[in-house]
Parts: sequence; C-alpha cells; structure tokens
Amino acid sequence: MKVNGAVHPPPVDPRRLLSDHLRHDLGLTGTHVGCEHGVCGCCTVLLDGAPVRSCLMLAVQAEGHDVTTIEGLAADGEALHPVQQAFHECHGLQCGFCTPGFVMSVVGLLEQHPNPTAEQVDEGISGNLCRCTGYASIRRAVVRAAELSKQ
Amino acid sequence: MTTRWFGERVQRVEDDRLLRGHGRFTDDINENGERALESVLVRSPFAHARIRSIDVIAARAMPGVVAVFTAADLPFGHTDLPILIPHPNLTHGRTQRCLASEVVRYVGEAVAFIVAESRSIAEDAAELVQVDYELLPVVITPESAARADHLVHDDVPGNVAAEMIQEAGAVQSALAASPHRKRLHFRFERGAASPMEARAVWARWSTAEHRLTVYDSTQSPTSIRGGLAVLFGLPESNVDVIAPDVGGGFGPKIMLFYPDELLVPFAAMKLGRPVKWTEDRQEHFTAVNQERGQVHEVEVGYDSDGKLLALDVDFVHDAGAYTPYGIILPIITAAQVPGPYRVPNYRVRFRDVYTNATPTSPYRGAGRPHACFVMERTLDAVAAELGLERAEVRRRNLIQPDQFPYEVGVAWQDGNRVVYDSGNYPALLEKALTNLGPRPAGDQVGMGLGMYVEGTGVGPYEGAHVQVLVSGKVVAATGIPSQGQAHATVWAQIVADQLGVDVADVEVTSGDTRRFPWGVGTFASRGAVTAGNAMAVAAGMVAEKAKHIVADHLEVDAADLELVGGKVQVKGSPDRGMPLAAVAVLANPVRYAFGGGSEAATQFTARARPGPPLHEGEQPGLEATGYYSPPGSTWAAGCHAAYVRVDPKTFRLEILKYVVIHDCGRVINPLVVEGQIEGGVAQGIGGAFYERLAYDDEGQLRNASFMEFLMPYATEIPTIEIDHIETPSPLNPLGIKGAGEAGVIPVGAVLASAIEEALGIPITEMPLSPLKLFELSRPS
Repeated sequence: MKVNGAVHPPPVDPRRLLSDHLRHDLGLTGTHVGCEHGVCGCCTVLLDGAPVRSCLMLAVQAEGHDVTTIEGLAADGEALHPVQQAFHECHGLQCGFCTPGFVMSVVGLLEQHPNPTAEQVDEGISGNLCRCTGYASIRRAVVRAAELSKQ
Repeated sequence: MTTRWFGERVQRVEDDRLLRGHGRFTDDINENGERALESVLVRSPFAHARIRSIDVIAARAMPGVVAVFTAADLPFGHTDLPILIPHPNLTHGRTQRCLASEVVRYVGEAVAFIVAESRSIAEDAAELVQVDYELLPVVITPESAARADHLVHDDVPGNVAAEMIQEAGAVQSALAASPHRKRLHFRFERGAASPMEARAVWARWSTAEHRLTVYDSTQSPTSIRGGLAVLFGLPESNVDVIAPDVGGGFGPKIMLFYPDELLVPFAAMKLGRPVKWTEDRQEHFTAVNQERGQVHEVEVGYDSDGKLLALDVDFVHDAGAYTPYGIILPIITAAQVPGPYRVPNYRVRFRDVYTNATPTSPYRGAGRPHACFVMERTLDAVAAELGLERAEVRRRNLIQPDQFPYEVGVAWQDGNRVVYDSGNYPALLEKALTNLGPRPAGDQVGMGLGMYVEGTGVGPYEGAHVQVLVSGKVVAATGIPSQGQAHATVWAQIVADQLGVDVADVEVTSGDTRRFPWGVGTFASRGAVTAGNAMAVAAGMVAEKAKHIVADHLEVDAADLELVGGKVQVKGSPDRGMPLAAVAVLANPVRYAFGGGSEAATQFTARARPGPPLHEGEQPGLEATGYYSPPGSTWAAGCHAAYVRVDPKTFRLEILKYVVIHDCGRVINPLVVEGQIEGGVAQGIGGAFYERLAYDDEGQLRNASFMEFLMPYATEIPTIEIDHIETPSPLNPLGIKGAGEAGVIPVGAVLASAIEEALGIPITEMPLSPLKLFELSRPS
C-alpha cells in the first residue's frame, strides 16, 4: 500500500488493524484511536482521497490503495495545509486528540463541497466526536478553510 | 508592568505540532525505538462477588506472555490504596487494592495484570485467566444503598461512608415562621467525562541510573511521582513523571492511583524492560471514575415576595464502591447549593453511601451541576407557586455587589469557610436577559434560566521556574499539565508581560517533573489562578534581578529601569540600556567563555565591582523559581439562559438560542476562555439530554460503548452566544478567577426549566431523553 506517497510492505500480522499498522508499524502516530468501534472518528484517514475510519479496516484491506494520514498533508517545515491553518486561526482544537481525524474529515468534506452550507458543515463533521470545543470553533474553522483553500 | 499580552486573543502556540500529527500522547511514546512490552488488565465482570480462586497457569504458559501478576505476586498486593483526602467525617473510608484477591465490588475492578510481547497476545492470555467468583447481592442505586438493602462492605453499617451536617442560622424556626413552605425532591444520575483519549501509562526502569521514568495521561504528574517514590522507596529525584500531551481530562485523570499507575512501573522495574498499558474504550467506561449520582430532599421557606427565608437540604451521594477521593464531592455540593443567592437560614446534611459501581471523583463541575440544579429548580418552584416571573424571583434574592466579601456560613473543600471574594450577580442576570431577547414564535417553546457561582483556584499552591537564556529567549515551566487548556500560550502571555518580551520568545513546559518537580495538579478550575500567578511571581523576580544587574553595570538606580522590547533600559532613555540576552550573560560570572557572548562575563572583561563575583545571597543565571499559594478560593459566576423547542410527538430537543454571561475576573486570553465555555456547555448539553450510564440491577453498565452512550456530535450542539463581565478577584495579583468548569454547571438546570415550560410537565431529574419526556408526558 501507499502511505503518504511512499510504498510500504504489508503488515506481518494479518489481523492488524489499519490504525494500529499506521501507528505502531509505520510510526505515524498522528492517527489517533479513541474508541476502536468506528464512532469517534479520531482515526479518520483518507483512502484514495475519501475519509474512512482506519480502526474499522484491517491493514491488509488497504493493499493496492492510497492512504493519506495527517502527516501527509503538509511536510515538516512547510506551511500548514489550509484546513490545518484554519483550525489554528479559529481555535478549532484544544487537547488535539480528535484533531487529526477532524482535519482529515474536513479535507474530504471540502473536496466534495468546496462551498459548504451550514448544514453540509454539520453533516460533514458529524462523524467525529470532540469533547473539548463544543464544535463551534470547528464549524468556524471549516468555513475559514473553504476560504483559505481558494486563495 | 506594562500590560500588553494579558487580555489579548493570542492564537495558541501549541497548535502547530498537534495539527501536523506530531502531538505526543502516552500511547505514542516509543523512546529511542525501544519497543515496550504491552499489558492488559483482567477485570471483574461482576458488580459484587467473592473470589474463590484465580488460576493463571494457562495464561502464564502462553507463548509471548512475559509475566502475569495477581495480588499474591505483588509486594504491595495486600495494601489498601491511599485515601487521597482524609476528612474527620469520613468515618468509614474504604479503598480498593491494586488487584482484588478477596472481594470485587464493581464491574471493572482489576483482578490480574498480564504483560506480553504484544497487546494481542496479552488480550488472548487474559481470556485464559480463570477466576472462580461467588456472587454476592448487589447495591446499585443510592436509594437502595441508603436503605441498606445489602452491604457493599461487611464492616460499614448502613453503607454510610460519611455523614455531615452543617447549619447557618436557625432553619427549623425560620421554616416554622415562613409564610410559605414547599418540599421538593431532585434526582441526578451518574455521568461520565469520556475524554477522547482514554488513559495510558508507559514506564522504563534504568538499572544503571537507578531511575524510573513514567509517562502518564494524568492531571497530576507531581503527585504520581510522590506516590511512586514512596511505594518503591526511591528518592523523588530518581523518579520522573511526565504528562505528555493529554487528550482531555475533565476530572477523572486527577484520580490517583488507578491500579495501572502502580502496576506498569512495577512491571518495568521487575522485568527490566519498558512496559506500556493503553486502556480501551470499553474498559474506560467502568474502570475510570464517574460522578454526579445524588438524590436530594429539599424544604424551602419563603415569603409572599418570593424572598428565601430558609432552605433545608438533605442529600445522598453515590460514592460507588470505594472512597479514594474522600468526601470532596458532597462537600462541594453542600457548599454550592446557595449559589449567588442570600439564604439567611441554611441547613445541609449529606450521607455518602457505597454502591456496587465504579468509584466517584470529580468530573468537570464536581458537585456543582447538581447543587445548581437543586437551587435553580427550587427558585422556579417558588416562582410558579407565587405566579412570579422566574427572573424576578432571582432578582429579589441575589447577593448585591456591595455585600462582598460574602460569607455563606458553610465549609469549603480546602478546609476554609466559603467566602465569595467579588462579583456582580445582578449584572449577570440583566445582561443574560437582554442578550436572550424576545421569545421565538411557536408552540412547545420554553425559556430556561440558571445562575451559578463556582469556587475556583483552590490551593494549596503551584510554582513556576522562569529563565532568560543567553540567546534572549525565555523558558518557563510549571508542574501542572495541560489537557487542552492552552497553558503554553497563556503562561507565555503572563511571562512576556513581566519581562517585556514577545510572547513567541517564551517557551513553556508543563506537567514534566524533570523541568518542575513541585506542585499539585490541574483540576478545580485552578490552573490559571495558581500556576498563572506563580508564573507572574517567578517572572517578576527575574525582572527585578535583571534590573539590579543592569543598575550595577550602568551605575543607575534600579528603580529607574524598565523591561521593554527585549531590553532593560532607563525609563524615557531607550538608548541607555542592555538587551536581556546580555543581562543573562552577566548573571552568570564564568571562568571559561563558551560562546553565546559569555566572554563578557569572564574575570578579566567583566566590569569589576567590589567583593566576590557572586555576592552573598546572589544566585547565578537570570532565572527564578516562584510560588503562589492562594489565601482562599476565587469565586467565578455566571448566568445562562436559553429558548428551546420540544417536538410534541418525538420529544426531540431543539435549542433555539443559548446565551452565556460569564465572569472569571480578568481574562488572560478571551479565545481560550470562550473555548472553555463552549466546550463546557456542550458537555452540559450531552449530560442533560443525551448521555446516560444505563446500569441494570446487577450493576452491569449496559451501554459501555459510544454506540449506545450518546455523546453529542456537532449536529446536537447549537451556537453558544458568550459575553463577559469582569469583577477582578482581590485575592491574587492578576485579579483572575478560574474558568475551566463554569460552562457545564447550570446547563441541566437551564434545560430543565425550559423543557418544563415547553411541555408543562414538572422536571425534577437528570438526565433527560426523548424517551424520558415521553414517559413523563404520558397521563398516569
């Protein structure tokens, strides 16, 4: 499978979840695990460009696919991706644990709806739980990210 | 001090690495590529049972299993864990042992600990542990506990861990003399904090250095360090405890010790390899402390104007199976029921009772949401009886701005009495009503209102270390960790103001005992007050030191100097001064020039002054350690108001408008405070209407997953409209009060009030749900 543009061999253990493979075999610990039953969205990554929950997939199922994790959005030393930048400007994160999952969901959302309505914003982030922000600042960040993406 | 950064909406300095996926949470720790052994706990599946035997032979024999521990294998296996906050009224305090070997008293109590080469092997081995349980009768509700249907601990009569009665005034005679009296009953169920990161611990023992290093997703690394040093007989200086990035806390991570916090370091020492444990979500539901279960009987006496004359509150607090955190929660409820109102005669009695459920300890709000619910629901009842507006009844009872300091007449959680330091409660109420505006059109619309005070910033103390480096950059450290409260940003603002530097030049470390070993923890909305003021004290000491060094060198009076723009300069003469970097060099007289401009401080180049290079009492380095210990709590306050609509058929809740007026004294960073409030209100809405811990009669939590414990998504949380007033605290130099918990406190009371009006049915309990409203609306 390809992860953030680089080709990696499949995991040794066939029962390895994609989330665990990314975190513990490839060292990409930016993908977080909050519930391991597909509700919280912390583990969201892009599979061929679309948001998926990496805790609901076996790593071997990602064979032949293109995986993007939070680490793949902006290289070290380079400017933040517009969605990351918007979360910073709008105080869209507190503890930062749910944040990578939200950012990946919003990247997917804006891919589908570059100018999302308020309903589309709520819908687009309604697969991710945040216990810190109360979502208001995340909504603002999505709107801001749409603006920044066009600049 | 020139105030420049304090009060500004400074964007957070901690965001960049968190946004890039470079956060470092405990499960991410992989020091020097060392692969830690992984571990799991075998937990009791029963709420109350005697352990006849534990058989770990098959688990031990499994390939890949490194060790299996039961109580018999631990040197501390038969020691009760500590009661963290002893109290004279806690006459029957009981704590669990690290691993149970005789009786288990809640589902999730740890029984055995398995360490293996991988998590999956450890989990497979856990299946092989055979525990023979003899089931015992279960006590699950606070009511049945108080009736003592069965005993949770054989040696605790009536299940009562503690009882406390306090009285201010003379309630019996005041009630007898009241023109109106009313009895009320209010019930609050347990809730769960549910931070997105569950708990985790990672430990390494270095035999060569005789040193224990522990990463822990905790709210109190300094206390964990103290406890581990005692348990293992090590000097504290040989134990490092680090709370790295912590993915939310909200209270339960202030509890110590969870069994894993002792077992993981113990196993690392015994096995000579790093060991980690990461909790999964399902075990988090029963293994991590909960809160809020209370049942209250109230009698209120009032006059025909709606003025309170007497209030008698008798409540039962559900302690769960043990009392590790003492009786802080019911003490807080008892202290906070009167809220912002004058209650001339107040009596409160509580009993803290054992049940066969997870122990309780503070969860954001900590005793206050239920206290607020009791008082606000009582005032709504008084208004309804007299046919008065709910706001008017509150207006007539509020403590007035000229009545501070205001003594309530009951005990506070820090051992002092409850004394409100400052506030303007009428302004909060009027502003909330103004911002709420006119009632939206439509049927089944209700208005709700709730006011609260919050004792914040409890002691005993926090400290800080601040140092100006020879580069001119500043490093600052404090013992308390952040779980998302932007400590690195707000402490930098405070330090930058004191030293006249840019906020970007201040780098803060918090929650790492290697950098700052003393302190208490992040809880009780205390961080800003205690560590914030400690930062100001330490940075102020550094500023004074810098002035004296420059005064010596420029032969000017220190009183004529100021710190501005990264320089120490003569007031009004910016050309006469010295960069802070150069002052840092001069602060450390050296023999060897090692770069960074240090040649200026060598013996033949430094300006000569009489006496030895370091005068008596002087210390090298442009640095200082300062402490702040509050004389008493600072009292924040607020008013929330809302309009809701409830669908008469589905009982779906729609929050049409929600306004918050908040007073936490002087605000360091409005961006951060508003984030705290928005998050608190959302947690309050979740706790009031969506989340419910569904325990059955056997003490099984039937909904221990996010599939069934319904935390709100964005689709459930409305926009919260926030406004502030500022009544600075007279108790600390910065005039600040805490803000972390405020958002959650009145939400239950506000929604109950609004739903009661929308549907015309009495609301006396929390949490609600569409099903609960359907049941309450059914004609009986």
